[in-house]
Amino acid sequence: MHNVAVLLSIGRHPVSGRARRAATDAQALEMALALRPRRLTAIHAGPATDTEALRAYLGMGLERLTLLTLPEGTDPIEPLIAHLRQFDPSVVLTGRQAEDGEGSGMLPYLIARGLDAAVVPDVVRIGPTNAPDAMAGAADLVQALPRGQRRALTATGRFVATIHPSAPPARASAFGPARRGVIEPVAAQATADLFLSDCEHRPWRPKPKLMRVKRGGSALDRLKAATESKSGKGQLLVNPTAEAGALAIYDSLVEQGMLP
Amino acid sequence: MIATALTTVVLAVLAIGAALAAWQSRRWLAGRPATVGVVAGLRALPGRYLVDVHHVVGRTPFNARFHALAAGGFLAAIGLLVAMGVGLAGWRIVWLLLAVVLAAMLAGSLMVWHRRRVVRPRELSQGRFARLPVSLLGFSACLLVVSLDQSLGGVMPEALALVLVAIAGLALADLVWGVWKGPLKHAVHGALHLAFHPRPARFHDGKGRDTGLKPLPLAPAEDAGLAEPGALGVERPVDFAWNRLLGFDACVQCGRCETACPAYAAGLPLNPKKLVQDLVAAMDSQASDAAYAGNPHPGRGVGNAHGGAALPLIGPDAMIHPDTLWSCTTCRACVQECPMMIEHVDAVVDLRRFQTLELGATPGKAAVMLEELRATDNPGGRALSRRWDWAADLSLPRLPAGGFCDTLLWVGDGAFDLRVQRSLRALVVLLRRAGVDFAVLGDEELDCGDVARRLGDEATFQSLATRNVATLNARRFNRIVTADPHALHTLRNEYPAFGGNWTVVHHTALLLELITNGALTVTRPVGRSVTFHDPCYLGRYNGEIEAPRALLDAIGVERREMLRSGLRSSCCGGGGGAPLTDVSGERRIPDVRMEHVRETGASMVAVACPNCALMLEGVVGPRPEVAEIAELVLAATETAR
Ligand code: SF4
Ligand code: SF4
Repeated sequence: MHNVAVLLSIGRHPVSGRARRAATDAQALEMALALRPRRLTAIHAGPATDTEALRAYLGMGLERLTLLTLPEGTDPIEPLIAHLRQFDPSVVLTGRQAEDGEGSGMLPYLIARGLDAAVVPDVVRIGPTNAPDAMAGAADLVQALPRGQRRALTATGRFVATIHPSAPPARASAFGPARRGVIEPVAAQATADLFLSDCEHRPWRPKPKLMRVKRGGSALDRLKAATESKSGKGQLLVNPTAEAGALAIYDSLVEQGMLP
Repeated sequence: MIATALTTVVLAVLAIGAALAAWQSRRWLAGRPATVGVVAGLRALPGRYLVDVHHVVGRTPFNARFHALAAGGFLAAIGLLVAMGVGLAGWRIVWLLLAVVLAAMLAGSLMVWHRRRVVRPRELSQGRFARLPVSLLGFSACLLVVSLDQSLGGVMPEALALVLVAIAGLALADLVWGVWKGPLKHAVHGALHLAFHPRPARFHDGKGRDTGLKPLPLAPAEDAGLAEPGALGVERPVDFAWNRLLGFDACVQCGRCETACPAYAAGLPLNPKKLVQDLVAAMDSQASDAAYAGNPHPGRGVGNAHGGAALPLIGPDAMIHPDTLWSCTTCRACVQECPMMIEHVDAVVDLRRFQTLELGATPGKAAVMLEELRATDNPGGRALSRRWDWAADLSLPRLPAGGFCDTLLWVGDGAFDLRVQRSLRALVVLLRRAGVDFAVLGDEELDCGDVARRLGDEATFQSLATRNVATLNARRFNRIVTADPHALHTLRNEYPAFGGNWTVVHHTALLLELITNGALTVTRPVGRSVTFHDPCYLGRYNGEIEAPRALLDAIGVERREMLRSGLRSSCCGGGGGAPLTDVSGERRIPDVRMEHVRETGASMVAVACPNCALMLEGVVGPRPEVAEIAELVLAATETAR
């Protein structure tokens, strides 16, 4: 693993919507830095907006970062593949899902297809292999599975790994190195992302939970009643008037026994 | 013959002392440049010594007395001896005078002996300091005999007199040798430090108090001609300004700071005296703390720390362990007690600035908090609109840009916390009851940046400060009132550097005013025994210790004082980001403070700061009740229904 590339996106804070380093991408960079590769290529592809947020990655001790400047509304996959081919990395690391844009989690798969590499999703640890008979350049990986389970894998040849949130936390970003680090813009061509431009954009809201008041029973029962969301039996009001909405809430509170 | 021998010895030793001090000066002169008023400083020196230093030393009258006798006698004796060297030698009256000052010095020396050899307070350093009373006694006693004899005409055999002079000369040599690394270093360096102090405004010839941190220039100076901005904060001893290094060198290892430090009391790995001595030792090129003979940082031994003037100060094997640096609550108790006017907190913050801004080495939860703060402008990463959830039913008036109100209420980040919301509600109800014309900023109120700044994140602080100043300057009001002393200090003392100059008052001062002018009437005096815990950022940082007490008296509490109160109060452990860096010790700082509360026997402790409320309420087990002062005032001014 002498030649590692890491793909870094611009994240969005879920509450403020402000541009920031994306959480799992930062963990991917953390992992890449911990590997101490002979060559580390960090790439961001996207329009030249909010690129100051990329400095947060530089603040982690990355000296330079390539910015593939794309026109607004274009698909970064092709330019990323083209750029990565020049470097011929043995490992490509990235977060499991972007915090902005499509955020579909497809990018690593498409990149891997373009590079003719394997994909290992949800990785929490990477290291050179311990197996004595392994080929040179093979790597031991630990993959996160649901419910806290882990699976050990050995990868030979080129692979793309996506990083799981339970991987080691990213180190803090420091202001000094962030402003000294270099962002190298490289203009790139890309095709318009028709899928994205077709999508309707709207702020994300958590799915509302239906509240149930449950008295008595064990503490576990009450906790379940308070935290589990139950489907059905709800009433969906789309763009109600203030009065209609308030009335529905009032009725529901009376029904739940929270109001007399 | 005797006189010649004597003056020769004295002049020779003094010359050696001066040479030693000059040689020592290259250590602190290696620091970064600083602008100081040399002439003004030297002129202010005697006044600062007699007023400001005496004010601190005088808190322990015995020490003040022996210092006056020993040091005054010593200086006078040296002056007379030098005068004899230049031609007053034959006069008996001069010998008599010399005998008088030496007698004073002898008395002082005996008191020093008593303190260092008999009482032996824990906080005093041993080692070279243990020899101090011997040398003082040797010098004063031997010369006293000689000078008495000479003033009577010289009846002693000359040989005996010469032996006595020789002993005195040796003792003097030991004292003056102390200019190098021993007790007398503080005399030379302390005097220079008073003259060239980095915060001249703290003395009586300035404003008398100067506690705000100085902005760290983030933008590279245009004229510097550097291609790249340099490192921020202090990494190595030579990164301190020279007059700051000089200040550390003035430390006399009296241990007053150690006795006052809440972190030390709780067994956290921080002893401010050792911290300063670590900085002093690190000024040498091949440095180690092996020669340090005082109490260590709790839980850490002495002798394992190594460093040098151009080596990093902070690190697991360096001069100062990171846990030591991050244990400090920035409470200023050490600064308040230090007779040498050393600014420990400035040193801590400068060291933290490098750790945070250059290395991103802020420990654990503090780093997470800073990242959320940068992304959302509040430490919890919450929506700014949620700061007002607690007031949904209070319909607080919001002050729009261009608007005017009499009093602007700055609620602070405590407003996100359930406990603090209770006291904020009390304050709002009181303002309404008293008919105060007030408003809040609403979603445009950002975190004031206090914690970020104390954690060394000057960049985030300055970003918040500039935006808050712009928001506030776009509105007109007569004053800002806040219940958070940290916000008070930041807005009042640290925002002026960013263009914010307003009247900022603490809610205790405002409530007192409302009771005094009759806007609030006390109907139900509290009638319980209450002790008041002074918030560091209200008391030591702003000198406001009277208003809260007058307020408590006005609502009819039976007020009891803790041993440590007022300007000498002890911290709750909530300042300087300490709850976030969360260095573990033998005990928790708030538990120690609650012990002080229990000692008074009061049934309740009144607090005037959201951090204090949270820290003290977090003390488990049976304990006195914790009440925010506004809650008490609310209950006491309830109108009968
Ligand atoms: S500021 Fe407070 S906690 Fe920090 S060293 Fe001084 S006394 Fe100790
Ligand atoms: S820093 Fe000040 S208070 Fe502390 S030991 Fe030194 S001189 Fe005394």
